[in-house]
Amino acid sequence: MESVIQDSTPKTLEELKDISSQVRRDIVRMVHGVGNGHPGGALGCTEYFVALYFHLMKHNPDFKMDGIGEDLCFLSNGHISAVWYSVLARSGYFPVAELSTHRKINSRLQGHPTTHEGLPGIRMASGSLGQGLSVAVGAAQAKKLNGDNHLVYVLMGDGEQDEGQIWEAAMYAAHHKVDNLIATVDWNGQQIDGPTVKVMDLKDLPAKYRAFGWEVIILENGNDMAELIKTYEHAKTLTGKGSPVAIMMKTGMGYGVDFMMGSHKWHGVAPNDDQLAQALAQLPETLGDF
Amino acid sequence: MKQFTILDKKDTRSGFGVGLLEAGRKNPNVVALCADLVGSLKMDAFIKEFPERFFQVGIAEANMMGVAAGLTIGGKIPFTGTFANFSTGRVYDQIRQSIAYSDKNVKICASHAGLTLGEDGATHQILEDLGMMRMLPGMTVINPCDFNQTKAATMAIAEHHGPVYLRFGRPVVPVFISEDTPFIIGKALMLNEGADVSIFATGHMVWKAIEAGHILAERGIDAEIINIHTIKPLDKEAILESVKKTGCAVSAEEHQLNGGLGDAIAHVLTSNYPSPLEMVAVQDTFGESGTPDELMVKYGLTSTAIVDAAERAIKRKKEVLA
Ligand SMILES: Cc1ncc(C[n+]2csc(CCOP(=O)(O)OP(=O)(O)O)c2C)c(N)n1
Repeated sequence: MESVIQDSTPKTLEELKDISSQVRRDIVRMVHGVGNGHPGGALGCTEYFVALYFHLMKHNPDFKMDGIGEDLCFLSNGHISAVWYSVLARSGYFPVAELSTHRKINSRLQGHPTTHEGLPGIRMASGSLGQGLSVAVGAAQAKKLNGDNHLVYVLMGDGEQDEGQIWEAAMYAAHHKVDNLIATVDWNGQQIDGPTVKVMDLKDLPAKYRAFGWEVIILENGNDMAELIKTYEHAKTLTGKGSPVAIMMKTGMGYGVDFMMGSHKWHGVAPNDDQLAQALAQLPETLGDF
Repeated sequence: MKQFTILDKKDTRSGFGVGLLEAGRKNPNVVALCADLVGSLKMDAFIKEFPERFFQVGIAEANMMGVAAGLTIGGKIPFTGTFANFSTGRVYDQIRQSIAYSDKNVKICASHAGLTLGEDGATHQILEDLGMMRMLPGMTVINPCDFNQTKAATMAIAEHHGPVYLRFGRPVVPVFISEDTPFIIGKALMLNEGADVSIFATGHMVWKAIEAGHILAERGIDAEIINIHTIKPLDKEAILESVKKTGCAVSAEEHQLNGGLGDAIAHVLTSNYPSPLEMVAVQDTFGESGTPDELMVKYGLTSTAIVDAAERAIKRKKEVLA
């Protein structure tokens, strides 16, 4: 098979941390610019996306929908689109300046990711929760049918685990031995109406995935870049062994901006001017703001 | 053209919140369920007063519809709350089998309907919900136009036995229906009597129809404006009576062209009294992110679009008569 890969040169830990700081600036500036959006989950998943696109995945910014010969990433909890858009732009999928159009009219950067406007890097619409794991499983099976030896990554929310379709997909993936898939749950313990334990208790989430036949790893600190990379390198070694792999990634909602951290209050609210200044003061500009 | 005073500016979803609390006070069998969107649905006041009559279901809309259906079997009157997209398309078969076909007394209450949901974009902006719900046998479908009407509708559906889809929205819009206007399910509300064209509007488009009525009046056109808050059962008598007088019609809705109010009126007219009908609706496309006002302009859901449609309808009427 012809390879389309432009292998992104893995970055050093320091470089990855610098990129993360810039991505966090992008996120808060994007939601502030339009006056709404979802900063909390986006900030918490910054290390995940930066590590995938700048270190772990083989991927091609010269975007092709079929993704043959490269690793794929899907975002099921589409409301945290700001972090994905920032990382896609910063890794060369589209101009960084376009980040300023997020959630505004006539933009390719829709409130939730879509394929409809043709934004490079996006392979399915998400936003209505609970659907991404199924799509990722299908894409992983297509890779197998194509003899394409690359991985599929998918991120979900923990509140999103309430949706029954997730468990249909989980059962299916194990039954069909979809072992070229690394699914991650953003285990921040928060959803819109409050902490997950209060809204809908997930109880022993890792045990649930194990009982469905998955290989499960717990990532204790998904905001620690070194630990995150080590965990995913380990997860890669577990692929190809007959079971899908799940990572329960503990993150801090709103991580990196002190007043947003650890609360569902910042799930879907944009900072005002003062709050923006306060946030940016905590996040060094490393690559240049859009 | 009659003058309408803007009494206040409020979101229709808040009318639902207040109506739900009132309905709960009047009838102890009223219970509520929500799928992780309590604040958006304005259910806090009900929850505070009746914590034991509220069920948080998490992000699991299909389960919510099934549980609601089950609660009716013990005589409860469940009100489910989530966004319109997740209240309909997401759970269509659960509504179809467990609620509509099983004739269960569930009130499906849906916020953030249509384009005016705004920046969240097309994944959340359902424009097909009226169509889906209208197609279900036995389903009552209601789309009120302001805070007061939404409050009154919420209380009225608690008294009505049978499945109901109640659709309302996110943005702050004019309140212009007086608090004491009775809400009668299935009975259209005459807002302005006129002779030249009948404008049938629902939801957020009703205020725009009133604005259009003023512009038309300046141009010497006497528009009849009727608020169709109940899409099903549709008030056929009111529609036919009006069009027999004016000879042409305009429909206006924040919904897809296919399947909505315009289609329902077209059916009534073609079967009974064929007349020119111009539809103001989204033209078979998905929405996108943007502010509510920007989107209503871009997708042609404005008072000027209603004015243009009225003029087209009148022109067609004259062509038929000539
Ligand atoms: C099917 C569906 N139901 C409801 C919503 C509304 N909604 C958006 S985000 C969210 C909470 C998601 O919680 P979680 O997955 O934990 O994400 P986090 O809050 O951590 O970002 C809800 C209920 C939705 N987008 N889709």
